[in-house]
Amino acid sequence: MSGYFGGVIVILSLNVILAYAIFLPVASGQLNLGGAAFQAVGAYTAGFLSTSYDLAVGPSLALSVLAGGLVALFFSFIILRTRSVYLVLATFAFSEFVSGVIVNIDALGGSVGLSVSTHISGTVVLVAAVIAAAIVLLFMQTRLGLATRAIHDDDLVSELMGIGVRWTRVIAFTLGGLLAGLAGGLYAFYFNFVDIQSFDAASSIYLLLFVLLGGTQTFWGPLVGAAFFTIVPELLRSAISAAPALAHALGVTGELDSSWRFIILGALTVAMMIVRPEGAITRIGLSRLQAALFPSRLRKRPA
Amino acid sequence: MSQRDVILTLQKVSKSFSGLTVLDHLSFEVRAGERVALIGPNGAGKTTVFNVISGAYLADEGAIVLDGQDIVSKPPRARARMGLARSFQNIRLMPHLSVVENVMIGQHSRARGLADLLTPLWLTRNRHWRQEAEERLRSFGLDTYPHVVTSNLPYGVRKKIEVVRALMSHPKVLLLDEPAAGLDPRETHDLQEFLLGVAAQGVTLLVIEHDMSLVRGLCEHTIVLNFGRKIFDGPTSAVHEDPQVLEAYLGPQDAEPARRLAVGGG
Repeated sequence: MSGYFGGVIVILSLNVILAYAIFLPVASGQLNLGGAAFQAVGAYTAGFLSTSYDLAVGPSLALSVLAGGLVALFFSFIILRTRSVYLVLATFAFSEFVSGVIVNIDALGGSVGLSVSTHISGTVVLVAAVIAAAIVLLFMQTRLGLATRAIHDDDLVSELMGIGVRWTRVIAFTLGGLLAGLAGGLYAFYFNFVDIQSFDAASSIYLLLFVLLGGTQTFWGPLVGAAFFTIVPELLRSAISAAPALAHALGVTGELDSSWRFIILGALTVAMMIVRPEGAITRIGLSRLQAALFPSRLRKRPA
Repeated sequence: MSQRDVILTLQKVSKSFSGLTVLDHLSFEVRAGERVALIGPNGAGKTTVFNVISGAYLADEGAIVLDGQDIVSKPPRARARMGLARSFQNIRLMPHLSVVENVMIGQHSRARGLADLLTPLWLTRNRHWRQEAEERLRSFGLDTYPHVVTSNLPYGVRKKIEVVRALMSHPKVLLLDEPAAGLDPRETHDLQEFLLGVAAQGVTLLVIEHDMSLVRGLCEHTIVLNFGRKIFDGPTSAVHEDPQVLEAYLGPQDAEPARRLAVGGG
């Protein structure tokens, strides 16, 4: 897989894995604004192990998944009693803490970053994304996945129904950390360079937007959100370069550069928030779609 | 276990919220298979009783014994696994879950081990969960829209789904908080028949209810609370003749005419 189209597919694949990394905690009612930090843990683990110990891609990736998961497991206990906006702030503060620690470790290249010599093809990233999505899809269809969604709606009633709310939250957050670690490891081997600026607060915000704008209630939401934020900027890039006359007619003077697509993307994002505050894909929306496509499923069944 | 064994005991249970005493050394016993009403004026502490029994709140002092075990310091999920289930005064179904999924949440306390939790529910080994939920819904005439999210459904239907969800844990003791609130007389009558059927299967019922026709039709035994204290504990047929109960509901000066009214009105 190569060229412009291949590059977009790889970015999309990474974004899908990261969207699910954020989706799992969010589905259990935990907003995570520290996604990029967990990705950084995975990326630096893979980069460090392959450069300093010549570890092969497979084991390095496995350990970066593990590292992301362990850091998330540790952190999920700290935030267990934190709710709503304080939880968001705690995850954000944690991601800043992780960046600070990484920059100050000389073995990890400090602010210069790490060059990774081993390269993986885009196909590996794509396959990993498909596997990660399949795992999340299966998880959401288990009783634990059902419990996760129940906790999102009402944690007290979930506990009264016999669900171990704390454990379920810890598991959901940790599974998210494993996926973020995987995305980090893949990033290191695909781009062959890891620096902390690639995992900044803005990236974390985008990851959370993938999920919030795609929809937090179903498996399909993060997929749609990640696809929207990956593909629309690319479409806008070609649209802007293809229509300088239109831009001129709209009163845009001077050189058309790529910054314009982010202005349009921002406007589209705000419009999405107004039109679909619960995200593009909702349970109710899906049941309506189902009713329209398969009316027989909703009819009363004969006894 | 014989029909008359005590299954639930509260011993001198107290609960206060920032200095305000809501339950004041409350003691009562519920026998296995009994249908007991818990009534009292607004603010008497009825829902707080349910909250300390189910573990939503921890009691400040006292003991709560379920089927021979003191559960007063156990977490809510442990109490659910020991056979306690409840419904809520204001409906608390999960709004983003479908009807069947809500009912399946009620089964959670019966799930055992990692295999039950971590295998997809459509596997052959797990299909019985969904089948059981769908059959239960069908037997109560609630199977019209099993895949619709509950926030779209009418009040009366959601109220019934909540009772079905509570039953899915196969509870020994079922706590129902105003199950008839918001139901019309016909629906209330249906609910009464339905709950008598539940009780006939050996489930002990403790019911908070303001609708006295349901209390009389369903519960053989009644406990009356006022200001967190028990003021009556006896057969339902004797409640409306008890002077303390009449005073609690109507005030002291009105007690005598109200008593005549209550007796005269049946």
